[in-house]
Amino acid sequence: MLAFTLRRAVQAIGVMIAVGIIAFSMFRFAGDPVNQIVSIDTPAAEREAVRKSLGLDDPVLIQFARYFANAAQFKFGVSYQFRQPVSTLLAERLPATLELAICATIFAMVFGILMGVYAALRRDTLLAKLCQAVSLIGISLPTFLIGILLIYLFAVTLGWLPSFGRGEVVRIGWWTTGLLTVSGLKALIMPSITLGLFQMTLIMRLVRAEMLEVLRTDYIRFARARGLTTRAIHFGHALKNTLVPVITVAGLQFGSVIAFSIITESVFQWPGMGLMFVQAVQNVDIPIMAAYLLMVSLIFVTINLVVDILYTIVDPRLRATISRPA
Amino acid sequence: MTVPVLSVRDLKVEFVTRRATLRAIDGVSFDIAKGEVLGVVGESGAGKSVTGLAVIGLIDPPGRISGGEIHLSGMRIDHLPPEEIRRVRGKRIGMIFQDPLTSLNPLYRIGDQIVETIRTHTNLSESAARKRAIDLLAEVGIPAPEKRVDGYPHEFSGGMRQRVVIALAICAEPELIIADEPTTALDVSVQAQIIALIKRLGRDHGTAVMLVTHDMGIIAETCDRVAVMYSGRIAEIGPVQDVVRNPLHPYAKGLMGAIPTLAGEDKRLVQIPGSMPRLSAIPPGCPFNPRCAFVFDRCRVERPEPIRHGAQAVACHLYDRAAKESAA
Repeated sequence: MLAFTLRRAVQAIGVMIAVGIIAFSMFRFAGDPVNQIVSIDTPAAEREAVRKSLGLDDPVLIQFARYFANAAQFKFGVSYQFRQPVSTLLAERLPATLELAICATIFAMVFGILMGVYAALRRDTLLAKLCQAVSLIGISLPTFLIGILLIYLFAVTLGWLPSFGRGEVVRIGWWTTGLLTVSGLKALIMPSITLGLFQMTLIMRLVRAEMLEVLRTDYIRFARARGLTTRAIHFGHALKNTLVPVITVAGLQFGSVIAFSIITESVFQWPGMGLMFVQAVQNVDIPIMAAYLLMVSLIFVTINLVVDILYTIVDPRLRATISRPA
Repeated sequence: MTVPVLSVRDLKVEFVTRRATLRAIDGVSFDIAKGEVLGVVGESGAGKSVTGLAVIGLIDPPGRISGGEIHLSGMRIDHLPPEEIRRVRGKRIGMIFQDPLTSLNPLYRIGDQIVETIRTHTNLSESAARKRAIDLLAEVGIPAPEKRVDGYPHEFSGGMRQRVVIALAICAEPELIIADEPTTALDVSVQAQIIALIKRLGRDHGTAVMLVTHDMGIIAETCDRVAVMYSGRIAEIGPVQDVVRNPLHPYAKGLMGAIPTLAGEDKRLVQIPGSMPRLSAIPPGCPFNPRCAFVFDRCRVERPEPIRHGAQAVACHLYDRAAKESAA
C-alpha cells in the first residue's frame, strides 16, 4: 500500500516536471519578456540592465532550473501588470476559486447521486423521467448561458440573489471565506449551481446507468434471496458498488471544475483565479498564466492521487492487486 | 399424513412480452417432505430454475405467477405481499445459485454478509451473530473459520465460495433449501464435496432440498425423488431408483439412455432427435410429440395429465391407454 502510494507520487512528480517545462517555455515563445516590462522608448542599455536583473541572459537550462526551483517553493515571479509577486496574487484569489469549486462539487455529488439513484430505482415514474430530461438540458446548455439565465431570473427579475461578486468575506489567517456571512453564502449559490450543473447531470447519468447494471448482478439477486430488506439491498449493496466508477469521474471532474471555473467566474465577476487568468491573457501577463497552469495541474495530479487511494479503500479487490505488484 | 414442507399445485408462470405472453411453467405440481431431497432435471429452458425462483418469490417483471398455489409447511406463500415474502426468503427458504463467483458482493467481508443476513432474520446481537457466522463457516467445512470470516470473496476459491454461499443460505435454519445448479460452475472434484455437504446439511437439520440440475449423476447419488421437466411441465416424477432404472416417459427414457456407463462401452448412446420447442412455439397436445418415437394421434391433440404408475407419475398417453386396456 505504501509502495503503491509512493510509486504514484513519483509518477505525479514526473507529470509536474513536464507541465513545468511547458509553463517555462511560455516565457520563451510569447515574445521577449523585457518588451512587456519596459516602455517603447526605453534605451537599449536600460533594457539590458532589466534583462540582467531578471536573469534572462543566462543559458536556458539554468533559467529553467531556477524557474523550477522557485516554482517548487511557490515563487512564480512578479506579475507584469500588477508588479506584485504572483504567489501573493494567487494566494488572494485561491480561496475564492476553491470555495466555489468545492461548493459546486458538493452540489453536483449530492444531487447527482440522489437523482441518479432515484432515476434508477423508480425508473418508470414521471419524476425519474423528468430527472432524465433535466439532465439532458444540463449536458447540452453551455455554462455561460445557464449563468446568464440564472442571473436574469434570480438577480434581475426576482432580486433574491446578488448578480456578481463574493459578498462580504471573513479573513481567517491568509484565507478569505464567504461561508460565514449571509451575503457571502447568497453570492455563492448561483455560481455554484452554474459551475456544478454539468457535473451533476454527468454524475446523475453515470449513477443511474451503473445502478441499473449493478441491480442486475447475481449478488443482488442472491441478496434478495437471502431476504435482506429492499433498503439494505439498494443502499448498502447496490450503491456501494455503484460508487466505484463515480469516485473516478467525480474526482477528475473536480479538477476540471477548477480549470473551467474561468467561464463561471467571468460571468459572475467572481474574484478567483479563473478571472485573474482571463485578465492575464488579455494583458499577456505570462508569469500569472504560467503559475495558473502549474497550480491547476498540481490540483489535477493531487486529485488523481487521492482518487487512486480512495479506490483501494472502497474496493478490497484492488488492495489485493496492489499489494502484489505484477 | 404430515404436511409436506413444500407443496406446489398447478403452478403457472408467464412472461408477458410485447408480442406474446409466454408460458414458462404450465401446471407444475409436486411435494417435498421434511428431510427429502427432490431433484429437478431437464434441458436448459425446461423451467427448472424458474420453478425455483417462483417458489422463493423472485420472478421479476415481465414474469409473473399466473396460476396455481405454493404452500410452505401449510402456509400459502405465492400471494404474500412483498414485505412478507421477503421475511420468508432467507429465513424459511434458503437459496443457492449456480455461480459462486458472482453470488457474493465483492465489496463486503464474507463475515459481514453472513452477520447481515442473520441479523435481518433473528434478534441476535452483533457479537452473537458473528460467533454464529464462524460456527456456520466451520459447519460448511471452511478451515480456520475464525480467520476466514474477515476475508473478502475474492480471497476464496470457487468451491470455498460456494461453501460460503451455502452458509448464507442456511444461516437462519430454513425449512427448505433451493439449490439451483449449485455445482455447474465447479470442478468435478469439488462438485462431489459440495453435493455431499448439501446432503449432510439436509439430513442433519431435517431440511427439505429442491436440487435443480442437469447432471443425472448427481441426481442418482443425492436425491430421494426426481422430477423430469420438459417445456415447463413435469413429464415424470417418482423415486429416484425407479425413474433412473425404469423410466416411463419416452423423454425420460431418452434422457437416461443418454448417460454413458462404464460397463456398456460398446453400446451407442441414445440421442433424442430434435430440440426442445421454444416457448413461443410449444405444439398443442403433448409438448414432446414432435420428438417422440411412440407418438400417436391423441398426443397431437390432447395434453396428457399425470397418471399414477406404481410410485411414479407420468404425463404420457401411452400409460393412459395401457391403464385402460388392463382395466378393460
